[in-house]
Amino acid sequence: MPDTILEINGLDSFYGDFQALYGVSMRIEKGEVIAVIGANGAGKTTLMRSVTGLLQNKPEMIHYGGKPIGNLRADQIAAVGIAMVPEGRQLFPSLSVEENLVIGGQIKRTGPWSLSSVYELFPVLKERRNQASTSLSGGQQQMVAIGRALMANPDLLLFDEISLGLAPIIIKTIYDALPGIIGSGMSAVVVEQDIVKAVAVSDRVYCLQEGRVSLEGRSGDVSRDAISKAYFGIG
Amino acid sequence: MDWVNAIVQGILLGGLYALFAAGLSLIFGVMRLVNIAHGDLIVLAAFLGLTVTTTLGINPLFAIVIVAPLMGLIGYGLQRVVLNRTLGDDILPPLLVTFGLSVIIQNGLLEIYSADPQKMSAGAIETASLNLPGGLNIGVLPLLMFITAVAVIGSLQWIFYRSAWGRAFRATSDNQDIAQLMGLNKSHVFGLAMALALVVVAIAGIFLGVRTSFDPSAGPGRLIFGFEAVIIGGLGNLWGTLIGGIILGICQNIGAQINPGWQLLAGHLAFLVILAVRPRGLFPRIDG
Amino acid sequence: MSAAPKHTVARFSPASRAAFVIALLLLIGLALAPWWAGRADMRLMSELFLYLALACLWNLLAGYAGLVSVGQQAFVGFGGYCLFAATIFLGVPPLLAVPAVGVAGVLIAIPVAFLIFRLRGAYFAIGTWVIAEVFRLTAAQVSALGGGSGTSLPVTVVKSIAASRSMREAATYWMALGIAVAVLVVVCLLLRSRRGLALTAIRDNELASQSLGIDIWRAKFFVYVITAGLTAAVGALIFLQKLRISPDAAFSVNDWTAFVIFIVVIGGIGTIEGPIIGTIVFFLLRETLADLGSLYLMILGFVAIIIMLRAPKGIWGYVRERTGLDLFALSRRVVLPSNMGPTDTNGPSKETDRGSQTT
Repeated sequence: MPDTILEINGLDSFYGDFQALYGVSMRIEKGEVIAVIGANGAGKTTLMRSVTGLLQNKPEMIHYGGKPIGNLRADQIAAVGIAMVPEGRQLFPSLSVEENLVIGGQIKRTGPWSLSSVYELFPVLKERRNQASTSLSGGQQQMVAIGRALMANPDLLLFDEISLGLAPIIIKTIYDALPGIIGSGMSAVVVEQDIVKAVAVSDRVYCLQEGRVSLEGRSGDVSRDAISKAYFGIG
Repeated sequence: MDWVNAIVQGILLGGLYALFAAGLSLIFGVMRLVNIAHGDLIVLAAFLGLTVTTTLGINPLFAIVIVAPLMGLIGYGLQRVVLNRTLGDDILPPLLVTFGLSVIIQNGLLEIYSADPQKMSAGAIETASLNLPGGLNIGVLPLLMFITAVAVIGSLQWIFYRSAWGRAFRATSDNQDIAQLMGLNKSHVFGLAMALALVVVAIAGIFLGVRTSFDPSAGPGRLIFGFEAVIIGGLGNLWGTLIGGIILGICQNIGAQINPGWQLLAGHLAFLVILAVRPRGLFPRIDG
Repeated sequence: MSAAPKHTVARFSPASRAAFVIALLLLIGLALAPWWAGRADMRLMSELFLYLALACLWNLLAGYAGLVSVGQQAFVGFGGYCLFAATIFLGVPPLLAVPAVGVAGVLIAIPVAFLIFRLRGAYFAIGTWVIAEVFRLTAAQVSALGGGSGTSLPVTVVKSIAASRSMREAATYWMALGIAVAVLVVVCLLLRSRRGLALTAIRDNELASQSLGIDIWRAKFFVYVITAGLTAAVGALIFLQKLRISPDAAFSVNDWTAFVIFIVVIGGIGTIEGPIIGTIVFFLLRETLADLGSLYLMILGFVAIIIMLRAPKGIWGYVRERTGLDLFALSRRVVLPSNMGPTDTNGPSKETDRGSQTT
């Protein structure tokens, strides 16, 4: 399976003494967009922290491009080509807008994304390039967070709850921009609580419930009922 | 005229104190670490300067070229091997580990160099002076040191706010996890910050050794001067630290002018007064 | 019988009861030392008791109240100088002067606390050091007590402790033993009081205890001031034994803070047993290695660093994690009646164990 970019095999993850993930397995093909949905506390954030190396695991639990990466540090994982737009944006408050973007690109992977192409995607950021990142609106901050992740020219991009805390109109703008971003050959994982958005933007969907995969299927094929069951554990 | 002279000398001395303080301030800003061994590292740099000077027979001011990178390496190694393991939510481990380090450095120096006071001679420049109108007399060497101190603090300011290193320092200080996601290895970033701080410490140590005599137990005193300059100037503000150092230097010299026994006491009292009336220092960083 | 309690809260465990009996016997034996120990041994034991007292006090400050001071030499030296001043200038009998010095220590600590409590965490630590320096430099300015070179206790004052040399030595020995016991008792009582519980809560989670309405500032202030007073009294005894004082000896950071910190770290910070074990280990090390001079101090520094990195709870923390022992009956444990479930789960695992960490 040379086309699989990320493969998660029986991942057990712990937060201190608390086990958050139980034998989670997933597969993401090159160029594919995966949605991971689930209620609060289902283990989505733990999954993201494990994939990005903020939580370390056994090496063979996560393979990237065929190589085991489960035990790498976050900065080593960034270097192999995985980037994340973190939940709550988490920009660096001491850095200006442009510095936030530049620091995203400091691992110097080559690819289509640069300061100028990010500014092309989000022109408003160019106008505010020298402002403190904290002075922007929530939607603009989310653009910076997306731009910062793109600057790394990743092969796999993770979006963690990008609609959380934003006005619906802003969410729409950002989701409208997503196909253009992902269309450049990247693979992506979209973690969402908003099931409709997640299904609409993805090729396949995984649902997590209490730390386990409760549903897996093509986004077009899975029924609303099946998702509700997998999401809430009813029935 | 004695008073004006005391104040001018105090300002020049303040540059040295600002150098003591700058590394302390940088380290605290990047990783919230207060290094109790900071003063002992300054004295270690002075002794390294002494060894380099006597071995190679060069002027101590040129010894900086060798001592500064050496101290930088020591700083990087110290951070990676020891200090990174102490960082976390609990303030006890870094405090007690650097305290232990302070004892180790002091007694190591005692073992190697003995307790005798040492001084480095910078040659003819030590006695050269500028005669200013009004009978004011400014030593060329203290002036040179002051200018260097200002330049060092300006460079640190530039590195911190304008360079890629500074960007990494600030990002890691803001949010370690997210900085890691950007491909920054925080252990390495902290190592670089400590290396940079110890390069400044090296310059401070050589200047200390040229200006006054020093012995292995001189470290804690230097730590305290640096610390006082940081608090007087306001946490997180490098230029404030320079002013803090200058205020400290002036107070010490005025105290000494009144009574030689009051030199250090006057500096400490100035610090305590500032702490009482402006606990955040004179120029705290606004975005603190 | 019908209204049988669901559970009881116990402080004493069999181990702590046994420890109490052993400690009592040991204390009696130590109190009789003037009849069985030699002069040099008594001096060494006095010194050990005084270090034990300093270590318990620093442990209370840093290990329980989270006030990491590296300037406790301020109060040791202050106590020593006050003792000399009171006995020489005011003619106070030395043994009476010691408690008076303790009160003076409390009084001077109040304004000091107001000042340095403005500093947080590690900066607080260096602030305490500045205070100690101010005290030292001030003492050096007091020419009536010898200025920078110090002074000796006049013979008339020394003679007023007791007429014969052996009685004097016995008296200072008992004072040292007495203050060590007194400090241990005060620290235990304090930690078992409401205030002590508040302190433990603060240490475990400052934010949460704030929301529970615990006045953190006041709790810390109280501990700081009490500790200062007792440290000053210990300082008075130290220099009553030395009979000579100078600013450098009285305010030595190495003697009165560095060693004390090493004792507590090695023994186990944040436990009552830690300082006791640490003091014994420290004196064993010193008696065997002191000939090495500065090399010995370097070894101490290395040992402290390695313990801090590898076993941050020290020797006692290491022992307790494996045995669940608690000799001072400081923690309360909930004991369920035996018919409510298997008794073996109500043992050490149910206690509010202050030493255990989630691993």
